[in-house]
Amino acid sequence: MMQRGMPGTTVTAAPPAPAVRLPRRRGIEFTLIVLAVLLCVYGYCAVGFAKNGTVPPGAAGYGAGLGVLALLAHLAVRLRAPYADPLLLPIAVLLNGLGLVLIYRLDLETPGDRAAPIQLIWSTLGVALFIVAVLVLRDHRVLQRYTYVSVVTALALLILPILFPAVNGARIWIRIAGFSIQPGEFAKVLLAVFYAGYLAANRNALAYTGRQIWKFKRLQLPTGRVLGPIVAIWLLSVLVLVLERDLGTSLLFFGLFVILLYVATGRTGWIAVGLLLACVGAVAVGWLEPHVHSRVQDWLHPFASIEAGQGPNQLAQSLFAFAAGGMLGTGLGLGHSILIGFAAKSDFILATAGEELGLVGLSAIFLLYALLVERGHRAGLALRDPFGRLLAIGLASIMALQVFVIAGGVTGLIPLTGMAMPFLAQGGSSVVTNWIIVALLIRISDSARSQYDGTAAP
Amino acid sequence: MTKYIRRATVLCALLLVALLVNATRIQLFQAQSYDDNPANRRRTIARYDQPRGDIVVGGGTVTGSKDTGELLRHERTYRNGPLYAPVTGFASQLYGTTFLENAEDAILSGTDPILAPLPLWGDMTRAQNPGGTVVTTLNPAAQQAAFKGLGSRRGAVAAIEPSTGRILALVSTPSYDPGELSGTGSGATQAWARLNGDAGKPMLNRAIRQTYPPGSTFKVVTAAAALEAGVVNDLDTSTASPDPYRLPGTTTRLTNEIKGCEDASLREAFEWSCNTVFAKLGVDVGLADMTHTAADFGFNDRTLKIPFSVVPSNFDTRLDNAQLALSSIGQFDTRATPLQMAMVSAAVAGGGSVKAPYLVERTTTKGGATLSTNGPSTVHQAMNPTTALLMRELMTDVVTEGTGTSAAIPGATVGGKTGTAQHGLDNSGLPYAWFISWAQADGSMEPAVAVAVVVEDAAANRGDISGGGDAAPIAKAVMEAVLGFGGRGAGGGGGGGGGGGGARGVPGR
Repeated sequence: MMQRGMPGTTVTAAPPAPAVRLPRRRGIEFTLIVLAVLLCVYGYCAVGFAKNGTVPPGAAGYGAGLGVLALLAHLAVRLRAPYADPLLLPIAVLLNGLGLVLIYRLDLETPGDRAAPIQLIWSTLGVALFIVAVLVLRDHRVLQRYTYVSVVTALALLILPILFPAVNGARIWIRIAGFSIQPGEFAKVLLAVFYAGYLAANRNALAYTGRQIWKFKRLQLPTGRVLGPIVAIWLLSVLVLVLERDLGTSLLFFGLFVILLYVATGRTGWIAVGLLLACVGAVAVGWLEPHVHSRVQDWLHPFASIEAGQGPNQLAQSLFAFAAGGMLGTGLGLGHSILIGFAAKSDFILATAGEELGLVGLSAIFLLYALLVERGHRAGLALRDPFGRLLAIGLASIMALQVFVIAGGVTGLIPLTGMAMPFLAQGGSSVVTNWIIVALLIRISDSARSQYDGTAAP
Repeated sequence: MTKYIRRATVLCALLLVALLVNATRIQLFQAQSYDDNPANRRRTIARYDQPRGDIVVGGGTVTGSKDTGELLRHERTYRNGPLYAPVTGFASQLYGTTFLENAEDAILSGTDPILAPLPLWGDMTRAQNPGGTVVTTLNPAAQQAAFKGLGSRRGAVAAIEPSTGRILALVSTPSYDPGELSGTGSGATQAWARLNGDAGKPMLNRAIRQTYPPGSTFKVVTAAAALEAGVVNDLDTSTASPDPYRLPGTTTRLTNEIKGCEDASLREAFEWSCNTVFAKLGVDVGLADMTHTAADFGFNDRTLKIPFSVVPSNFDTRLDNAQLALSSIGQFDTRATPLQMAMVSAAVAGGGSVKAPYLVERTTTKGGATLSTNGPSTVHQAMNPTTALLMRELMTDVVTEGTGTSAAIPGATVGGKTGTAQHGLDNSGLPYAWFISWAQADGSMEPAVAVAVVVEDAAANRGDISGGGDAAPIAKAVMEAVLGFGGRGAGGGGGGGGGGGGARGVPGR
C-alpha cells in the first residue's frame, strides 16, 4: 500500500513540516485483530468438528482469551505507540492463535501429553511482556546505551545451558520449576541490539578503512582493529552453539551478523568474508560433528532409512505430510502429521499446517511472515538514526532467517536444524521472544512515522 | 544505507520465493511419489478408516467390521469364518489380503473410482467412498453340506452350476478363522505363526490351489476323447483290450483290481473303472487328441481366475505312449484341482460346453446400486452335445449300478465317477479318494449342480478309502442341498456309506 509522506532515500533530508495529522490507522489494526481472532476461533472449531463432530468445549474460552490478550495489546499500542504499523500486531495475533490451534489439534492425538495449555500460558506471558515493552520503552534509541550490556548478557544466556543436562542431544534448555527455558532465544534479541549498537557506532570505520584485496576496489578487507571485536564475538557465539549442538541458532546468528554488516557498511567484501567463514565453518562442523554430518546425509537422502528397512525418519515423515496436503490440504484435524512423532508440535509444526491446510494455507502462512518482515524493513527505511535502522533490519531478519532455516529444513530445501517456527511452534521462550521482537518493531515503526507528524508529541 | 536495506529486503524476498517454490515442488509435483511410498502409512490409515464392505452369501453377509478406535481403526470380522475362508480369504492389517478380499479389494475398501458418485467432486472434498458389497454365487446350504461332510478330514469340494459356471460351493478342510488375522495385535502374529506351522496347512485352499492326481475321475476326459476321436463309436461294443495291459515299449503290466475287464465295452469299463481299457484307449486316441480334449476341459489353463487365480491343472503335452497310457487314467503327471474336476463333470452335464467358473455374482455400492455383474461365458466346447449325451449315460450308470451308488438321490438323475489316486513314494501315502458327479432333479430341464470332492485321507483303514466310499456321500449331500432335497444331511462319509461303497469295488489302479 502506498504511504504518502514517507521519506526519500536520503538520511539527512530535513523532515517536511506537515500541517495535517498523519492517519494513525489504529482502527484498521483493531479490525484486523478482530478478524485474526475470529479466524483462529474458526480453526479451533474446525478441529473439533473434524475430530468429534462438535464444537470443542473450550472454544468460547479460547476465543475470549485470545481476544482479551489481543485487545490489551491493542490498547497498549493505542496508548503509547499510536503511529505504529497497523499490520504488525494482527499478524502476530493470527500466527500465535493459529499456532495454538495446531498444537491443540496435535494434542488430540497425544492424550497423555498436552502442550496447548502451557503454550497458552507462555503466549499470555509473551503478550504481557509485549505490553510492558510498549508501555515502558518510550524510545528505541535508549537501547543503544546498553550495547555492551546486551552482548555480555547474551553470552551469559548462551553459556548458561552448558551447566544443565542435555535434552535430546542439545544443551539449549534450562529447567526451572518445571518450565523449560531456552535462553538462546532471548539472546537473539540482545545480539541484534548489540550488533545494531556496535555497527551504528563503528560503521564508518568499517566501511572506509581496510586493505584492498588484489586489485578489486570493492573487495576490501577491514583492518584488524575494527574487525577484531566482531569476529571474536561471532566466534565465541558459534563456538558456544556448536558445543550446545544447536546449529539452527548458530546459522541464524551468523546470517544476522552478515546481513547487518552489509547493511551498515555496504561493503560486498563483508559478504565475501562472511561466505568464506560460513564455508569454513560448515565444512569444519560437518567434518568434526557427527550430529551435523547425519543431518546433511538425511537431507541428501531423506529416504535412506526406508531403503535400509528402518522405516521413515522424521524428515521423510515430514515430506509425506506435506505431500498428503497437496493443493488444498486435508482440512484441520484430518491429517496424520502426528506420524512424525517426536517434535511434531515444535520443529515440525509446519508439516501439520502443510498437510491440513495444503499449499494454499502454507503459502498464506509464508506470506504472513513475509509481510511481518517487510513491515520491519519498511520501518527501518523510514527511520533516520542508524541504530534504529539496523535494529529494525536485524529484528526483521531474525524472523526471516528463522522461518527460512526451519521451513527450509522441514521441507527438505536445506539440511534440517532444530529451530522453532516463530509463533507457530510449541516452545515458550520462542513465543515470548517473538512477542518482544514485535514489540520492538512496533516501537520503531511508531518512531518512524511519528517523526513526520508535526502534531505528534516528541 | 537505504540501498543496502532494500537489498536485504530483496534477499528476504528471495528466501521466501525459494520456500514457496520448494513447497510447490513437494506438495504438488512430487506429492504422488511421496503418497505412493510404501513407508507412508497414510494409505493404510485411510484404508482402515471406514468399515470394509461386506461379502454376501445367499442374501446374508458373512463378514463384518469392528471399530477398534486405534490408528488402523476398523478390523475385519467374519461370521462363520472357517466355512467361508476358502472364498473370502482374509483381510489382515499385517498380512495383506487373499482370495475375494484380495481380488475385490478396491470395491470392498472403497478405493475403486467406480464407487464415486461424482468423480471430480470426490477429488475436491477428499471424501472417501464407503466400501461396496460383493455378492457371491455361493449356495450357503451346499457350502454347509460340503463343510460338514468333510468334517475333520483333509479335503476339498467344488460345486458348479453347469449351465452358467456359477460356483455354488468351494470348501477346503482343515480350515481356519480368518478373523484371527485381522488386527495388528500379538493375537494376529501368533495365529499367523500357528497357522503357517500347522501340518494340516489350514490356509491352503485345496479346492483351487492344490492339484491332486485325479485318478479314475480323469477317465471321463479319456472317454470323451475316445468318443470324439471316433476310437469308440458304440458304448456297448468290445474295446478289444487285453487284461493285463502291457504299457507300450515297456515290460510293465497294468492290471485291474477287479475281474472282467478284458475286452469290456466302454460302458462296462467306465462303470467298473477298468484301468487297462482306458490306458489303451488313451494310447489309441493319441497324444494330440488327448491333450486337445484335456485342454478343452480346462487343463493347462494358466489364466483362469474366479476372480482370484486358480492353479493350472496339468496334462503333459510331451509323453511317450507308456506315459500317455498312465496319464489317461489320471496318473503319472496328470494333476487336477477339485475345481477343474467339477468343470469336467459340469461339461458333461451341460451338453459339452465348458463355462468359465465364477464366484462373484455382482458388486454393488453400500447403498445397493449395482456396479458390475457377471454372467455365463463359454470358454470351450469340450465335446459334441451327442458325445455329452453318451457321457451322461456312462456317468449315470456308475451311480445306478457301478462304483458310485452311494451318491444316488431318489427323485433325481445323478451321474458320477469315482477315483482313487495313489501318491507318495511307491504309493506309500494314503490314497486320495475322488468323486465327481452332477445331478438333475426329475422334471427339471437341466442338471442343477456338478460337484467334485477329494478326500486326502480318511484317518481310517486303507481299504476304506475310495471315491465311492469316502467322497461320494459328501457329493451327494452337496447335490441334495443344491436341489433343495434338505433334511437328509451329509451322512458321515467314512461310516456306513463307506463300507457299502468299498464292497462294490476298489476303483482305480
